[in-house]
Amino acid sequence: MERETGAREGLKGWLNPGKIGKFGIERLAWLLMRLTGLGLLAYFIGHIYETSHILDGKAVWDKSLEMTQTTEGHLFLALVIGMCVFHTGNGIRLMIAQMGYGIGKTERPDYPYKPQSINMKGKACIYATLGMAALAMWYGMAVMFA
Amino acid sequence: MATLHPKLSEERSQTVVSSTKSVKLKIKRSNPNVNSDQQFDDFVVPIEKWTTVLDALLDVKSHLDHSVGIRYSCRQASCGSCGMKINGKPGLACFTKISELNSDTITVEPMDNYPVVRDLAVNMDRMISNHKKVMPYVIREDSEIDAESGIREFLQSPENVDKYIQFSSCIKCGLCNSACPTMAMDKTFVGPQALAQAYRYIADSRDKGKNKRLKVIDESHGIWRCHFAGSCSQVCPKGVDPAMGIQLLRGYLLGIRD
Ligand code: HEM
Ligand code: SF4
Ligand code: FES
Repeated sequence: MERETGAREGLKGWLNPGKIGKFGIERLAWLLMRLTGLGLLAYFIGHIYETSHILDGKAVWDKSLEMTQTTEGHLFLALVIGMCVFHTGNGIRLMIAQMGYGIGKTERPDYPYKPQSINMKGKACIYATLGMAALAMWYGMAVMFA
Repeated sequence: MATLHPKLSEERSQTVVSSTKSVKLKIKRSNPNVNSDQQFDDFVVPIEKWTTVLDALLDVKSHLDHSVGIRYSCRQASCGSCGMKINGKPGLACFTKISELNSDTITVEPMDNYPVVRDLAVNMDRMISNHKKVMPYVIREDSEIDAESGIREFLQSPENVDKYIQFSSCIKCGLCNSACPTMAMDKTFVGPQALAQAYRYIADSRDKGKNKRLKVIDESHGIWRCHFAGSCSQVCPKGVDPAMGIQLLRGYLLGIRD
Protein backbone atom coordinates (compact mmCIF):
# COMPACT_ATOMS: atom_id res chain seq x y z
CA MET A 1 0.00 0.00 0.00
CA GLU A 2 1.23 3.45 -0.87
CA ARG A 3 1.63 5.63 2.18
CA GLU A 4 -0.17 8.90 1.62
CA THR A 5 -0.29 10.49 5.08
CA GLY A 6 -0.03 14.23 4.70
CA ALA A 7 0.72 13.91 1.01
CA ARG A 8 -1.53 16.86 0.33
CA GLU A 9 -2.16 19.65 2.72
CA GLY A 10 -5.67 20.19 1.34
CA LEU A 11 -7.81 23.32 1.68
CA LYS A 12 -5.88 24.36 4.79
CA GLY A 13 -2.99 25.07 2.46
CA TRP A 14 -5.16 27.62 0.68
CA LEU A 15 -7.22 29.24 3.38
CA ASN A 16 -5.04 29.19 6.49
CA PRO A 17 -4.33 32.90 7.11
CA GLY A 18 -1.03 31.91 8.71
CA LYS A 19 0.25 31.14 5.21
CA ILE A 20 -0.03 34.78 4.23
CA GLY A 21 2.13 35.77 7.18
CA LYS A 22 4.74 33.23 6.12
CA PHE A 23 4.63 33.67 2.35
CA GLY A 24 3.86 37.36 1.97
CA ILE A 25 1.51 39.64 0.10
CA GLU A 26 1.88 37.61 -3.11
CA ARG A 27 0.20 34.69 -1.37
CA LEU A 28 -2.65 36.98 -0.27
CA ALA A 29 -3.05 38.20 -3.86
CA TRP A 30 -3.13 34.59 -5.00
CA LEU A 31 -5.87 33.73 -2.52
CA LEU A 32 -7.92 36.87 -3.28
CA MET A 33 -7.61 36.21 -7.02
CA ARG A 34 -9.13 32.81 -6.51
CA LEU A 35 -11.87 33.98 -4.13
CA THR A 36 -12.79 37.00 -6.28
CA GLY A 37 -12.76 34.85 -9.42
CA LEU A 38 -15.18 32.40 -7.83
CA GLY A 39 -17.22 35.26 -6.32
CA LEU A 40 -17.52 36.95 -9.71
CA LEU A 41 -18.47 33.68 -11.33
CA ALA A 42 -21.25 33.20 -8.76
CA TYR A 43 -22.33 36.81 -9.26
CA PHE A 44 -22.29 36.38 -13.04
CA ILE A 45 -24.58 33.35 -12.86
CA GLY A 46 -26.89 35.13 -10.39
CA HIS A 47 -26.83 38.20 -12.60
CA ILE A 48 -27.98 36.23 -15.65
CA TYR A 49 -30.77 34.72 -13.56
CA GLU A 50 -31.80 38.12 -12.23
CA THR A 51 -31.81 39.85 -15.61
CA SER A 52 -33.70 36.92 -17.17
CA HIS A 53 -36.72 38.26 -15.25
CA ILE A 54 -37.09 40.84 -17.99
CA LEU A 55 -38.90 38.11 -19.91
CA ASP A 56 -41.57 37.91 -17.20
CA GLY A 57 -42.92 41.42 -17.62
CA LYS A 58 -42.37 44.82 -16.03
CA ALA A 59 -43.78 44.01 -12.58
CA VAL A 60 -41.45 41.06 -12.02
CA TRP A 61 -38.51 42.98 -13.43
CA ASP A 62 -39.08 45.95 -11.13
CA LYS A 63 -39.44 43.64 -8.18
CA SER A 64 -36.18 41.88 -8.89
CA LEU A 65 -34.40 45.22 -9.18
CA GLU A 66 -35.63 46.11 -5.72
CA MET A 67 -33.68 43.19 -4.23
CA THR A 68 -30.52 45.29 -4.22
CA GLN A 69 -32.18 48.49 -3.06
CA THR A 70 -31.67 47.57 0.58
CA THR A 71 -28.71 48.25 2.88
CA GLU A 72 -27.58 44.63 2.57
CA GLY A 73 -28.07 44.84 -1.19
CA HIS A 74 -25.90 47.95 -1.36
CA LEU A 75 -23.17 46.34 0.72
CA PHE A 76 -23.33 43.27 -1.50
CA LEU A 77 -22.96 45.40 -4.65
CA ALA A 78 -20.06 47.27 -3.03
CA LEU A 79 -18.39 43.91 -2.50
CA VAL A 80 -18.97 43.00 -6.15
CA ILE A 81 -17.37 46.31 -7.18
CA GLY A 82 -14.36 45.56 -4.98
CA MET A 83 -14.07 42.03 -6.37
CA CYS A 84 -14.24 43.32 -9.94
CA VAL A 85 -11.54 45.93 -9.46
CA PHE A 86 -9.19 43.65 -7.57
CA HIS A 87 -9.67 40.74 -9.95
CA THR A 88 -9.13 42.87 -13.04
CA GLY A 89 -6.13 44.77 -11.68
CA ASN A 90 -4.44 41.69 -10.29
CA GLY A 91 -5.33 39.75 -13.44
CA ILE A 92 -3.44 42.30 -15.52
CA ARG A 93 -0.43 42.08 -13.18
CA LEU A 94 -0.49 38.29 -13.47
CA MET A 95 -0.76 38.30 -17.25
CA ILE A 96 2.24 40.61 -17.52
CA ALA A 97 4.29 38.58 -15.02
CA GLN A 98 3.29 35.27 -16.56
CA MET A 99 4.53 36.49 -19.92
CA GLY A 100 7.89 36.96 -18.24
CA TYR A 101 7.93 40.74 -17.74
CA GLY A 102 8.82 42.45 -14.48
CA ILE A 103 10.12 39.31 -12.82
CA GLY A 104 13.83 40.12 -12.95
CA LYS A 105 16.72 38.72 -14.96
CA THR A 106 18.42 35.38 -14.59
CA GLU A 107 21.88 35.66 -13.06
CA ARG A 108 24.38 33.89 -10.83
CA PRO A 109 22.69 33.69 -7.42
CA ASP A 110 24.49 35.19 -4.47
CA TYR A 111 23.84 34.87 -0.75
CA PRO A 112 21.37 35.80 0.77
CA TYR A 113 19.56 34.68 -2.40
CA LYS A 114 16.74 37.16 -2.73
CA PRO A 115 14.34 35.83 -5.35
CA GLN A 116 14.05 38.39 -8.13
CA SER A 117 10.55 37.40 -9.19
CA ILE A 118 9.26 38.50 -5.77
CA ASN A 119 10.06 42.18 -6.09
CA MET A 120 8.91 45.68 -5.21
CA LYS A 121 7.27 46.21 -8.59
CA GLY A 122 4.94 43.27 -8.01
CA LYS A 123 4.26 44.24 -4.40
CA ALA A 124 3.51 47.84 -5.40
CA CYS A 125 1.04 46.58 -8.03
CA ILE A 126 -0.73 44.43 -5.44
CA TYR A 127 -0.99 47.26 -2.92
CA ALA A 128 -2.16 49.67 -5.64
CA THR A 129 -4.80 47.17 -6.76
CA LEU A 130 -6.02 46.69 -3.20
CA GLY A 131 -6.14 50.48 -2.81
CA MET A 132 -8.07 50.92 -6.05
CA ALA A 133 -10.55 48.23 -5.02
CA ALA A 134 -11.10 49.97 -1.67
CA LEU A 135 -11.49 53.33 -3.39
CA ALA A 136 -14.01 51.94 -5.89
CA MET A 137 -15.99 50.33 -3.08
CA TRP A 138 -16.00 53.59 -1.16
CA TYR A 139 -17.13 55.55 -4.22
CA GLY A 140 -19.82 52.99 -5.02
CA MET A 141 -21.15 53.14 -1.49
CA ALA A 142 -21.11 56.94 -1.56
CA VAL A 143 -23.31 56.83 -4.68
CA MET A 144 -25.60 54.03 -3.48
CA PHE A 145 -26.14 55.38 0.00
CA ALA A 146 -26.48 59.01 -1.17
CA MET B 1 45.25 8.65 21.31
CA ALA B 2 45.98 11.68 23.41
CA THR B 3 49.67 11.49 22.59
CA LEU B 4 48.98 11.04 18.90
CA HIS B 5 46.74 14.07 18.72
CA PRO B 6 47.73 16.40 21.52
CA LYS B 7 46.38 19.44 19.71
CA LEU B 8 42.97 17.92 19.22
CA SER B 9 42.57 16.82 22.82
CA GLU B 10 43.75 20.20 24.01
CA GLU B 11 41.24 21.89 21.81
CA ARG B 12 38.43 19.70 23.07
CA SER B 13 39.20 20.29 26.71
CA GLN B 14 39.35 24.01 26.08
CA THR B 15 36.00 24.23 24.38
CA VAL B 16 33.78 26.04 26.84
CA VAL B 17 30.19 24.96 26.72
CA SER B 18 28.52 28.00 28.13
CA SER B 19 25.01 28.06 26.82
CA THR B 20 23.09 30.60 28.78
CA LYS B 21 20.04 30.30 26.59
CA SER B 22 17.76 27.44 25.79
CA VAL B 23 14.68 26.99 23.66
CA LYS B 24 11.77 24.63 23.63
CA LEU B 25 11.88 22.39 20.59
CA LYS B 26 8.49 20.96 19.71
CA ILE B 27 8.85 18.00 17.38
CA LYS B 28 5.91 16.52 15.54
CA ARG B 29 6.03 12.76 15.86
CA SER B 30 4.19 10.17 13.82
CA ASN B 31 4.74 6.76 12.34
CA PRO B 32 2.19 6.04 9.62
CA ASN B 33 3.55 2.51 9.27
CA VAL B 34 2.24 1.70 12.72
CA ASN B 35 -0.83 3.88 13.24
CA SER B 36 -2.25 7.30 12.43
CA ASP B 37 -1.37 8.90 15.81
CA GLN B 38 0.33 12.27 15.71
CA GLN B 39 1.73 14.16 18.65
CA PHE B 40 4.17 16.89 19.59
CA ASP B 41 7.05 16.02 21.88
CA ASP B 42 8.69 18.92 23.69
CA PHE B 43 12.40 19.12 24.47
CA VAL B 44 14.43 21.88 26.06
CA VAL B 45 17.76 22.32 24.29
CA PRO B 46 20.64 24.70 24.98
CA ILE B 47 21.51 27.03 22.12
CA GLU B 48 24.32 29.30 21.05
CA LYS B 49 24.21 32.08 18.49
CA TRP B 50 25.26 29.63 15.83
CA THR B 51 23.04 26.68 16.75
CA THR B 52 21.00 25.53 13.79
CA VAL B 53 17.69 23.70 13.96
CA LEU B 54 19.56 20.58 12.81
CA ASP B 55 22.12 20.99 15.64
CA ALA B 56 19.25 21.21 18.11
CA LEU B 57 17.59 18.11 16.67
CA LEU B 58 20.85 16.19 16.83
CA ASP B 59 21.25 17.36 20.41
CA VAL B 60 17.85 15.85 21.18
CA LYS B 61 18.82 12.65 19.41
CA SER B 62 22.12 12.35 21.30
CA HIS B 63 20.92 13.23 24.78
CA LEU B 64 17.15 13.13 25.11
CA ASP B 65 15.43 10.85 22.64
CA HIS B 66 17.41 8.96 20.04
CA SER B 67 14.27 7.71 18.30
CA VAL B 68 13.42 11.05 16.63
CA GLY B 69 13.27 10.36 12.90
CA ILE B 70 15.09 12.89 10.71
CA ARG B 71 16.95 12.81 7.43
CA TYR B 72 20.14 14.80 6.96
CA SER B 73 23.59 14.43 5.55
CA CYS B 74 25.78 17.37 4.56
CA ARG B 75 24.86 19.85 7.31
CA GLN B 76 25.69 22.66 4.90
CA ALA B 77 22.70 23.22 2.62
CA SER B 78 24.14 21.07 -0.14
CA CYS B 79 22.49 17.68 -0.04
CA GLY B 80 18.88 18.80 0.25
CA SER B 81 17.81 16.15 2.74
CA CYS B 82 16.90 18.14 5.86
CA GLY B 83 13.86 20.06 4.60
CA MET B 84 11.12 20.47 7.17
CA LYS B 85 8.52 22.93 8.38
CA ILE B 86 10.13 25.21 10.94
CA ASN B 87 7.72 27.47 12.83
CA GLY B 88 5.23 26.97 10.03
CA LYS B 89 7.53 27.77 7.10
CA PRO B 90 9.44 25.25 5.01
CA GLY B 91 13.20 25.53 5.49
CA LEU B 92 16.43 23.53 5.66
CA ALA B 93 17.11 22.55 9.28
CA CYS B 94 20.85 22.88 8.71
CA PHE B 95 20.52 26.32 7.14
CA THR B 96 18.19 27.86 9.73
CA LYS B 97 19.80 29.37 12.79
CA ILE B 98 17.63 29.30 15.89
CA SER B 99 18.85 32.74 16.93
CA GLU B 100 17.43 34.14 13.71
CA LEU B 101 13.96 32.75 14.37
CA ASN B 102 13.42 35.17 17.28
CA SER B 103 11.31 32.72 19.19
CA ASP B 104 11.65 30.77 22.42
CA THR B 105 9.63 27.90 21.01
CA ILE B 106 10.69 26.20 17.80
CA THR B 107 8.12 23.93 16.21
CA VAL B 108 9.37 21.43 13.66
CA GLU B 109 7.03 19.40 11.51
CA PRO B 110 7.48 17.31 8.39
CA MET B 111 7.11 19.19 5.08
CA ASP B 112 3.56 19.57 3.80
CA ASN B 113 2.50 17.86 0.60
CA TYR B 114 4.73 14.82 1.06
CA PRO B 115 3.81 11.47 2.62
CA VAL B 116 5.49 11.11 6.02
CA VAL B 117 7.91 8.21 6.42
CA ARG B 118 8.40 8.82 10.13
CA ASP B 119 8.49 11.97 12.29
CA LEU B 120 10.30 14.60 10.21
CA ALA B 121 11.39 12.41 7.31
CA VAL B 122 9.15 12.47 4.26
CA ASN B 123 8.91 10.38 1.13
CA MET B 124 10.19 12.36 -1.87
CA ASP B 125 9.56 9.75 -4.56
CA ARG B 126 6.98 11.83 -6.37
CA MET B 127 9.22 14.88 -6.62
CA ILE B 128 12.12 12.78 -7.88
CA SER B 129 9.95 11.08 -10.49
CA ASN B 130 8.62 14.47 -11.69
CA HIS B 131 12.20 15.70 -11.80
CA LYS B 132 13.12 12.76 -14.03
CA LYS B 133 10.05 13.32 -16.18
CA VAL B 134 11.34 16.68 -17.42
CA MET B 135 14.58 15.00 -18.60
CA PRO B 136 17.10 16.88 -16.45
CA TYR B 137 20.12 16.44 -18.72
CA VAL B 138 21.43 17.99 -21.92
CA ILE B 139 19.74 16.33 -24.87
CA ARG B 140 21.41 16.31 -28.28
CA GLU B 141 22.30 13.89 -31.05
CA ASP B 142 26.05 14.45 -31.16
CA SER B 143 28.46 13.99 -28.31
CA GLU B 144 31.47 15.74 -26.84
CA ILE B 145 33.46 12.65 -27.69
CA ASP B 146 33.88 12.70 -31.43
CA ALA B 147 35.18 9.70 -33.39
CA GLU B 148 37.28 11.81 -35.76
CA SER B 149 38.54 14.74 -33.74
CA GLY B 150 38.60 13.10 -30.31
CA ILE B 151 37.23 15.18 -27.47
CA ARG B 152 35.77 18.60 -28.17
CA GLU B 153 33.72 21.02 -26.15
CA PHE B 154 30.29 22.47 -26.66
CA LEU B 155 31.19 26.11 -26.26
CA GLN B 156 29.09 28.53 -24.31
CA SER B 157 29.45 32.25 -23.67
CA PRO B 158 29.17 33.67 -20.14
CA GLU B 159 25.87 35.26 -21.26
CA ASN B 160 24.60 31.79 -22.25
CA VAL B 161 25.57 30.46 -18.83
CA ASP B 162 23.82 33.31 -17.01
CA LYS B 163 20.53 32.24 -18.59
CA TYR B 164 20.35 28.99 -16.64
CA ILE B 165 23.04 28.93 -13.95
CA GLN B 166 20.77 29.97 -11.07
CA PHE B 167 18.43 27.08 -11.82
CA SER B 168 21.29 24.61 -11.73
CA SER B 169 21.77 25.40 -8.02
CA CYS B 170 18.73 23.29 -7.18
CA ILE B 171 19.56 20.73 -4.47
CA LYS B 172 16.20 18.89 -4.75
CA CYS B 173 15.29 19.67 -1.18
CA GLY B 174 11.64 19.91 -2.17
CA LEU B 175 10.87 22.96 -0.02
CA CYS B 176 9.34 24.72 -3.02
CA ASN B 177 6.87 21.91 -3.62
CA SER B 178 5.84 21.95 0.03
CA ALA B 179 5.20 25.72 -0.02
CA CYS B 180 3.21 25.66 -3.27
CA PRO B 181 -0.57 26.15 -2.88
CA THR B 182 -1.30 24.20 -6.06
CA MET B 183 0.62 21.24 -4.63
CA ALA B 184 -1.63 21.49 -1.55
CA MET B 185 -4.63 20.39 -3.60
CA ASP B 186 -3.29 18.64 -6.68
CA LYS B 187 -1.19 15.55 -6.07
CA THR B 188 -0.51 15.18 -9.78
CA PHE B 189 0.86 18.70 -10.33
CA VAL B 190 4.37 18.47 -11.73
CA GLY B 191 5.53 21.10 -9.21
CA PRO B 192 7.89 24.09 -9.11
CA GLN B 193 11.00 21.96 -8.60
CA ALA B 194 10.57 20.04 -11.86
CA LEU B 195 9.32 23.05 -13.81
CA ALA B 196 12.36 25.09 -12.80
CA GLN B 197 14.55 22.21 -14.00
CA ALA B 198 12.68 22.05 -17.30
CA TYR B 199 13.57 25.71 -17.76
CA ARG B 200 17.18 25.12 -16.67
CA TYR B 201 17.81 22.68 -19.54
CA ILE B 202 15.69 24.41 -22.18
CA ALA B 203 17.55 27.68 -21.54
CA ASP B 204 20.91 25.89 -21.90
CA SER B 205 22.35 26.76 -25.32
CA ARG B 206 23.88 23.25 -25.62
CA ASP B 207 20.52 21.56 -25.25
CA LYS B 208 18.28 20.49 -28.12
CA GLY B 209 15.50 18.87 -26.09
CA LYS B 210 13.16 21.86 -25.87
CA ASN B 211 10.21 20.38 -27.74
CA LYS B 212 10.36 17.08 -25.88
CA ARG B 213 10.31 18.84 -22.52
CA LEU B 214 7.61 21.32 -23.47
CA LYS B 215 5.42 18.38 -24.41
CA VAL B 216 5.85 16.92 -20.93
CA ILE B 217 4.88 20.10 -19.08
CA ASP B 218 2.15 21.34 -21.45
CA GLU B 219 -0.57 19.12 -20.05
CA SER B 220 -3.47 19.48 -17.67
CA HIS B 221 -1.46 19.00 -14.47
CA GLY B 222 1.59 20.72 -15.89
CA ILE B 223 2.78 24.30 -16.09
CA TRP B 224 -0.67 25.91 -16.41
CA ARG B 225 -1.53 24.95 -12.84
CA CYS B 226 0.98 27.55 -11.65
CA HIS B 227 -0.77 30.79 -10.66
CA PHE B 228 2.35 32.62 -9.54
CA ALA B 229 1.71 32.71 -5.81
CA GLY B 230 5.50 32.94 -5.55
CA SER B 231 5.72 30.86 -2.37
CA CYS B 232 8.22 28.45 -3.95
CA SER B 233 10.68 31.28 -4.48
CA GLN B 234 10.09 32.63 -0.96
CA VAL B 235 11.38 29.38 0.56
CA CYS B 236 14.07 28.22 -1.89
CA PRO B 237 17.34 28.17 0.08
CA LYS B 238 19.57 28.32 -3.01
CA GLY B 239 18.26 31.32 -4.93
CA VAL B 240 16.85 29.16 -7.69
CA ASP B 241 13.69 31.32 -7.87
CA PRO B 242 11.53 28.59 -9.41
CA ALA B 243 8.63 31.05 -9.92
CA MET B 244 10.81 33.08 -12.28
CA GLY B 245 11.80 29.94 -14.18
CA ILE B 246 8.17 28.90 -14.57
CA GLN B 247 7.03 32.28 -15.94
CA LEU B 248 9.99 32.32 -18.36
CA LEU B 249 9.14 28.77 -19.37
CA ARG B 250 5.58 29.85 -20.17
CA GLY B 251 7.07 32.25 -22.72
CA TYR B 252 8.13 29.32 -24.94
CA LEU B 253 4.60 27.93 -24.91
CA LEU B 254 3.00 31.34 -25.45
CA GLY B 255 5.29 32.00 -28.42
CA ILE B 256 7.01 34.98 -26.78
CA ARG B 257 10.38 33.25 -26.51
CA ASP B 258 12.11 30.77 -28.79
C1 HEM C 1 -11.37 42.28 -17.22
C2 HEM C 1 -11.73 41.41 -16.35
C3 HEM C 1 -10.93 40.19 -15.97
C4 HEM C 1 -9.60 39.95 -16.08
C5 HEM C 1 -8.49 40.84 -16.61
C6 HEM C 1 -9.37 38.61 -15.56
C7 HEM C 1 -8.16 37.98 -15.49
C8 HEM C 1 -7.94 36.75 -14.95
C9 HEM C 1 -6.69 36.04 -14.94
C10 HEM C 1 -5.41 36.54 -15.56
C11 HEM C 1 -6.88 34.89 -14.29
C12 HEM C 1 -5.82 33.80 -14.04
C13 HEM C 1 -5.12 34.11 -12.79
C14 HEM C 1 -4.07 33.11 -12.46
O1 HEM C 1 -3.23 32.75 -13.26
O2 HEM C 1 -4.07 32.71 -11.30
C15 HEM C 1 -8.25 34.82 -13.88
C16 HEM C 1 -8.81 33.78 -13.14
C17 HEM C 1 -10.15 33.63 -12.91
N1 HEM C 1 -11.16 34.52 -13.30
FE1 HEM C 1 -10.89 36.31 -14.18
N2 HEM C 1 -10.57 38.07 -15.15
C18 HEM C 1 -11.55 39.01 -15.39
C19 HEM C 1 -12.90 38.88 -15.13
C20 HEM C 1 -13.49 37.76 -14.60
C21 HEM C 1 -14.93 37.59 -14.43
C22 HEM C 1 -15.98 38.61 -14.85
C23 HEM C 1 -15.12 36.38 -13.86
C24 HEM C 1 -16.38 35.67 -13.47
C25 HEM C 1 -17.41 35.56 -14.24
C26 HEM C 1 -13.81 35.78 -13.66
C27 HEM C 1 -13.60 34.55 -13.08
C28 HEM C 1 -12.37 34.00 -12.90
C29 HEM C 1 -12.13 32.74 -12.20
C30 HEM C 1 -13.17 31.82 -11.59
C31 HEM C 1 -10.75 32.54 -12.22
C32 HEM C 1 -9.99 31.34 -11.60
C33 HEM C 1 -9.37 31.80 -10.33
C34 HEM C 1 -8.16 31.00 -9.97
O3 HEM C 1 -7.82 30.02 -10.64
O4 HEM C 1 -7.50 31.38 -8.99
N3 HEM C 1 -12.86 36.64 -14.13
N4 HEM C 1 -8.90 35.96 -14.29
S1 SF4 D 1 14.12 24.86 -6.48
FE1 SF4 D 1 14.98 25.50 -4.48
S2 SF4 D 1 13.41 24.87 -2.97
FE2 SF4 D 1 12.97 23.76 -4.86
S3 SF4 D 1 14.01 21.77 -4.66
FE3 SF4 D 1 15.42 23.14 -5.74
S4 SF4 D 1 16.70 24.08 -4.13
FE4 SF4 D 1 14.91 23.17 -3.10
S1 FES E 1 21.77 18.36 5.83
FE1 FES E 1 22.19 18.60 3.69
S2 FES E 1 20.89 20.25 3.17
FE2 FES E 1 20.65 20.17 5.32
